[in-house]
Amino acid sequence: MMDRNTHSRRKLVSGAMTLITAACAIAAIIVLVLILTYIAAKGLTTINYEFLTDTPKPVGEGGGIGNAIMGSALMTLLATAIGLPIGIGAGVYLAEFGENIFGNTVRFLADTLIGVPSIIVGIFIYTLIVLPMGRQSGLAGALSLAIIMIPIVARTTEEMIRLVPQSMREGALALGAPQWRVTWNIVMPAAASGIATGAMLSIARISGETAPLLFTALNSRFYNYFFDQPMASLTVQIYNYATGPFEIEHQMAWAATLILVGLILVINVLVRFLTKKKY
Amino acid sequence: MGDKISIKNLNFYYGKNQALYDISMKIPEREVMAFVGPSGCGKSTFLRVFNRMNDTIPYARVEGEVKIDGKNIYKTKTDVVALRRKVGMVFQKSNPFPKSIFENVAYGIRINKMHSGKKDLADRVEKALRDAALWDEVSDRLNTSAFGLSGGQQQRLCIARALAVQPEVILMDEPASALDPIATQKIEELVVELKKKYTIVIVTHNMQQAARISDKTAFFMLGKLIEVNPTEKMFTNPDDELTEDYITGRFG
Ligand SMILES: Nc1ncnc2c1ncn2[C@@H]1O[C@H](COP(=O)(O)OP(=O)(O)OP(=O)(O)O)[C@@H](O)[C@H]1O
Ligand SMILES: [Mg+2]
Repeated sequence: MMDRNTHSRRKLVSGAMTLITAACAIAAIIVLVLILTYIAAKGLTTINYEFLTDTPKPVGEGGGIGNAIMGSALMTLLATAIGLPIGIGAGVYLAEFGENIFGNTVRFLADTLIGVPSIIVGIFIYTLIVLPMGRQSGLAGALSLAIIMIPIVARTTEEMIRLVPQSMREGALALGAPQWRVTWNIVMPAAASGIATGAMLSIARISGETAPLLFTALNSRFYNYFFDQPMASLTVQIYNYATGPFEIEHQMAWAATLILVGLILVINVLVRFLTKKKY
Repeated sequence: MGDKISIKNLNFYYGKNQALYDISMKIPEREVMAFVGPSGCGKSTFLRVFNRMNDTIPYARVEGEVKIDGKNIYKTKTDVVALRRKVGMVFQKSNPFPKSIFENVAYGIRINKMHSGKKDLADRVEKALRDAALWDEVSDRLNTSAFGLSGGQQQRLCIARALAVQPEVILMDEPASALDPIATQKIEELVVELKKKYTIVIVTHNMQQAARISDKTAFFMLGKLIEVNPTEKMFTNPDDELTEDYITGRFG
């Protein structure tokens, strides 16, 4: 009798716990789904070919976010071209040779930089680049994005490289491979999918940044392919539309948001794809 | 025959812990030297002294003299990369690279630029895999991941990888620990074959194996070299009582 009692009680508690955790999981998903469907519902109707390719026009005359998409793409590309090599290089250094005071200092500074609000990076670039140049520019925007990117990439790269077992390095060293070759063609490939994940996540992160671009790249009403000129970006364009007085502007803000979320989603799917190990 | 390696008053420390105590011995050229002794007695540590693999452990420290071909390898101007090229190693735990089976074996050949063209590279890889008694099992899937192999196959892959660069000395740390009797026998035959050209130092926990394949055997305990003698003498009439106790299985 006693046995059956404790047994059913245990079953009850176990069932209740499962229910509670499941409820938490559902709550978390529901919030995400709500946000996504809300954005989609608000934005979907505004999206058409003209909206995706046109430049902004005065209220009531249509217009679109073509130049903003282009600007975001260009600045993210330049930021990645600068930030990725530096970040990965720094991460490799930290993992393979960084067990000294210099390495610890770099690590500490990188962690601090990751925690700094991005607007401060914007102000920094504003003082360093925008003021001497006399105007905002795509270059200044890309540089501030690169600065946000570098410490994230460096630290994830370091973590990923540390996960490569020491025995694998020794195996290559034992064959007479010099240290740099061990790092380059054993350690790096072994950590590649992890490094790629970190890189993609940092790209997703900077493509959603607004604050540092407000000071540095400003905005532009035109398609602009020159990095010495102010450049439009999706995020700043969303900010402008969203803070405008007219309902039609708000609608365009929702549509642009949907595009941005879609792009970040694509990047995340790409991450999933990249992390599928080949070997 | 001359001595390939000679060790004099070697002490080894992991930080404050001493792992090897005042070891002196000689390893003759083109012979098989077996290291035996209870777990944790320092066999792997000693083996890793010969290709300076312990350099990768920042807190490790070596005292004394280790000469290979008459040159002290712990002199500051030693070219460690060239040393490791000459003194190959098969590790206690198999450690294939995250590459294909072919590329695992080809790696050492490539970095040392030993091949003349693609065909030669493929031939060398095949030869190494045949010598390691693995070819028949992998010849039809050379381009698949090395991690797809079984534990014993991975161990033989690591042997093939070490053979491919044709070192002068081969250090083997329990190369047959994960092998079935047939593969073990093949590896033993290989070792006997290899000693025509190479000097071999092999760590083993299998006394019969040591007796079958080695010319000399060294017995270690708690970081000390207790006895080193021709294998036959070691297994029939050892000098030290501890050796006899260990070999006959009275302890350890
Ligand atoms: N990296 C290390 N850091 C600190 N101590 C170590 C390290 N590697 C080994 N040791 C210690 O040194 C001693 C000798 O270890 P070693 O691995 O050489 O033994 P072994 O004879 O190879 O044992 P086994 O037969 O189990 O492989 C042990 O006490 C071990 O704990
Ligand atoms: Mg060992």
